[in-house]
Amino acid sequence: MPTAYSSREIATAQHRCSRGVSVAIKSVSIAFGGRTVLENFDIEISAGEFVAIVGRSGCGKSTLLRSVVGLETPQSGTIIVGNVADSIAKNNGKPDVRVMFQDSRLLPWRRILPNVMLGLGPALIPQAQKVLAQVGLAERASDWPATLSGGQRQRVALARALVHDPNLLLLDEPLGSLDALTRIEMQRLIEEVWRSRGFTAMLVTHDVAEAIALADRVILIEGGCVALDDVVNIPRPRARGSARFAALEERILGRVLQRRPMVEE
Amino acid sequence: MIQPQKNSAAKTQLRLSVLAKQVLPWAVPSLLLIVWQWASSAGILPGRFLPSPSAVMRSFIELSASGELWMHVRVSTLRALSGFVVGGGMGLLLGLLTASMHWAEILLDTTIQMVRNIPPLALIPLVILWFGIDESAKLFLVSLGVFFPVYINTFHGIRSVDRGLLEMGRTYGLSGWPLYREIILPGALPSILVGVRFSLGLMWVILIVAETISARSGIGYMTMNAREFMQTDVMVVGILLYAILGKLADLLAKRLERYWLRWNPAYRIAG
Repeated sequence: MPTAYSSREIATAQHRCSRGVSVAIKSVSIAFGGRTVLENFDIEISAGEFVAIVGRSGCGKSTLLRSVVGLETPQSGTIIVGNVADSIAKNNGKPDVRVMFQDSRLLPWRRILPNVMLGLGPALIPQAQKVLAQVGLAERASDWPATLSGGQRQRVALARALVHDPNLLLLDEPLGSLDALTRIEMQRLIEEVWRSRGFTAMLVTHDVAEAIALADRVILIEGGCVALDDVVNIPRPRARGSARFAALEERILGRVLQRRPMVEE
Repeated sequence: MIQPQKNSAAKTQLRLSVLAKQVLPWAVPSLLLIVWQWASSAGILPGRFLPSPSAVMRSFIELSASGELWMHVRVSTLRALSGFVVGGGMGLLLGLLTASMHWAEILLDTTIQMVRNIPPLALIPLVILWFGIDESAKLFLVSLGVFFPVYINTFHGIRSVDRGLLEMGRTYGLSGWPLYREIILPGALPSILVGVRFSLGLMWVILIVAETISARSGIGYMTMNAREFMQTDVMVVGILLYAILGKLADLLAKRLERYWLRWNPAYRIAG
């Protein structure tokens, strides 16, 4: 459980690499009922990096994310979150990993603030209120989740993850079910908190434009392996209309569509 | 999630029909009462088959003035509630146990499903043999009848808790009692309350039968005793009392649902 919080965490100062942890995924294989999803999969993510993982439905990108947080167990290989080079201030050196799912997964029987406080003691109420204000929902603290829109619910889910001040934030298509405008708003919010807090982020998405808008690196998974690993060298904030953006999107999309999938989901 | 409809036209219509909604449900019972009273006064309905509403009323006032009625009501209510607490409590505990622990399900569920198929009232001859016509006989029968709806709905409620929420809870470090308190119990509560409402109905049914067959006090005893003396008015008072007590129990359960499930738009009071 986190104990000491200071204004440092909420400060907008850039302290990238101070909160984030590295992730090393080494020769990981995962199969479900005889069907191989990931095979000898390797990626290295450095501390504070924002990595987007794209690919067709059923390519194993969500499975990869879920195995990083321990919701799936690989048949072989290792996943190491954090190493001695990372400075982890809390949790006795154990990195704090949080997930944002495609659906908000808020507890419908808890009001918004208690949802953000899930698993935390009442001492952290001020902290939770601050984070709720940061996602723009301070005045909804005592509402029921059922009264919020889909986008607002995802913002609460983001606040719930952020109040733990994660070292690694896993985003499993968190914007997949939102409308186009809310999506762009949420993308901005996620980029903003990532820049101010400096955690490591892994985003799984089927939206190539979203991947390019947010990530330092875009990884394409195909047939259980890394098919493409591109660094996005576009200065932030990224204008979607720019030529470089369009060229990169074209390139990655072209690569995705190049090979017909063997099994369509 | 279903959002409450906010249609202004529907709202005005609602306000207009509030009066009608208050009055209309009582139209049919009132009409029946009037016809009944008329038939009795006109001599179409002989008093030894069914007393007139006014005779029932008179008998009700007499019985309550003498305190006899309240004594019987108190005894019956106490029996019903203690049976409900014992049987419902055991159903809840065993339901939690078998739904949460696989070994408990394997060990107990088959037995419970077999016993469930025996109507509790079929046990009356045995129960009289075991307990006589003591309080324990009534307590046993009511507890047994109330146990199963609570047990089955608790089991089902826990089994159908949203997997996604459980997964989320685990990534937030919840396990053991905190996981129960935050996710499993609230998630199972709507189903558990369905079981409670079923049980409350069943509780009176079983008690009525148990009291008419073997008792020295209680509403059922009062009714049966009145039959010996052909006091049809007292019999009808007893029957109506069961209706009122049953309705009260159901109202209580509804109140609990509204409070405990107030997070759920389906249970929220409109407006």
